[in-house]
Amino acid sequence: MEKRARFQSQWLPYALLAPQIAVTLVFFFLPAGQAVYQSVLIQDAFGGNVEFVWFDNFKELFNDPLYLASFKVTAVFSVLVASLGLVISLILAAFADRVIRGANVYKTLLIWPYAVAPAIAGAVWMFLFNPTLGIVAYWLKLSGVDWNYLLYDGQALLLVVIAAVWKQVSYNFLFFLAGLQSIPKSLIEAAAIDGAGPVKRFVTIVFPLLSPTTFFLLVVNIVYAFFDTFGIIDTATNGGPGQATEILVYKVYKDGFKGLDLGGSAAQSVILMIIVITLTVVQFRYVERKVQY
Amino acid sequence: MSSTSQKTAARLPLLALMYLLPRTWREGRREGMIEHRPVLTVVTHLMLILGVAIVAFPVYVTLVASTHTAEEVLQAPMPLLPGKHLVENYLSVMAHGAGEATAAVGRMMINSLVSALVIAIGKIAISLLSAFAIVYFRFPFRSFFFWMIFVTLMLPVEVRILPTYKVVSDLGMLDTYAGLTIPLIASATATFLFRQFFLTIPEELAEAARIDGAGPLRFFWDVVVPLSRPNIAALFVILFIYGWNQYLWPLLVTTQEEMYTTVIGIKRMISSGGDAAMDWNLVMATAVLAMLPPALVVILMQKWFVKGLIDTEK
Repeated sequence: MEKRARFQSQWLPYALLAPQIAVTLVFFFLPAGQAVYQSVLIQDAFGGNVEFVWFDNFKELFNDPLYLASFKVTAVFSVLVASLGLVISLILAAFADRVIRGANVYKTLLIWPYAVAPAIAGAVWMFLFNPTLGIVAYWLKLSGVDWNYLLYDGQALLLVVIAAVWKQVSYNFLFFLAGLQSIPKSLIEAAAIDGAGPVKRFVTIVFPLLSPTTFFLLVVNIVYAFFDTFGIIDTATNGGPGQATEILVYKVYKDGFKGLDLGGSAAQSVILMIIVITLTVVQFRYVERKVQY
Repeated sequence: MSSTSQKTAARLPLLALMYLLPRTWREGRREGMIEHRPVLTVVTHLMLILGVAIVAFPVYVTLVASTHTAEEVLQAPMPLLPGKHLVENYLSVMAHGAGEATAAVGRMMINSLVSALVIAIGKIAISLLSAFAIVYFRFPFRSFFFWMIFVTLMLPVEVRILPTYKVVSDLGMLDTYAGLTIPLIASATATFLFRQFFLTIPEELAEAARIDGAGPLRFFWDVVVPLSRPNIAALFVILFIYGWNQYLWPLLVTTQEEMYTTVIGIKRMISSGGDAAMDWNLVMATAVLAMLPPALVVILMQKWFVKGLIDTEK
């Protein structure tokens, strides 16, 4: 769609675009370019000796068991976050959709965690599950669970998954509820008259009609788990114990910022860029925007 | 006993519970439900209440912890009812911080507020301008610029941490408000959103403006911006939350305590001491202060918030 009525000016459109383009060039393209450039170099930490090494940094990464482990952690983490987040919020949304009176109260009470910063969510859940003073850790120990996420890998991962899901449920819930409310009531009524109970109606009618929303949310949740959970991990577990919760984004930060491995960190950045580009393309090409709001 | 009566027996506790609930809840039909299933209605409300309770629990504990003394919080189990030190704790963190992050949380909140406002307003302003240029002018490299803005979607800070840090440090922007905000104010999402909206503004308005002799800037300011108000409000809510909750970026560019944002302040407090040495009551008071402004924005501006969320994902 193009406008017919346009304004004429030799310089004005460039001036209007200038601030956005300037920020984009200086803070996006320049650093991204540097990351790509550095990913094919080996440089000592003082900026001396620079050597062009083609794809050695990448080869080294993929031969590095720690990096592969981080890939695995990221995969497990994002699958858990996305699946748990979607299932829980779908259940809540399906129930909320049944209610007319009071629905808005539930909605308000369920959506506010969106506003909590990931880093704060991490800190709060860490406080609950902290083995020495956390109240939930205390209850777990009372019921005989040997709870110490500072020692056990699985427990640490569970902790960050819980915090990440908690934060994302509100978002998924809103979209599922909107999706559910857009399903024509007449369809559901027809099925009810034919004798289908609520569960059967949900499985055979409602859920298939929700599939565009579900797919869209799946992509959004994976992107969220990959890139927006840095704060949760940094405040809840610092990537530990060992590398148990070190997702890819956390590893780039740690290797580059704490470890000062410029080439390796740049190569990791490039791999992450490829992942983001893939996810963005999937989101734009395959996510149907048929969802009615 | 027949199977039907067994079923009824199993349902008895639920049926009893029903009568504790308000009448309108019991009568499913009144709520527009398709058939009358009182048990399901009760289960529905119970599940939702359970969901709300679980979602609220961590924040409740945080609130409670922030009203006790450090010793009370260290007890196992810590108290689950509010204590008497609310005012004292909050005044203390606002003035002195906690742990090794001894900067006043009051100062951190000002930093958070300034960055959130600059990021939100900055993103909206530069995106309005670029969308206006792209929709209302025809000029060489138009689609090239549009593509350039689009690509930033694929380059979140998280994937270019180190080189972006280097650029900001070379420009002398570490520990400044400019460093905290300007690198974040490019926005593909906002530009798209405004572009989509501008395309729906009737052609006649621009024609009329031209015939009346109004230049493009006059038209932008007197027609386009006022018409965009609902979009601006919705976007503002989302971007304010985004700006307030920034973490990785301020973690990189702030080294001096007086430039910490509230969210960074918490991280510095937690990583400063052992579990026992820390004043957890004060850390949790800071957490509450960090959550409050964006949560208030969501709750008080719920309509704009929901519109913003849905708009930005289109």
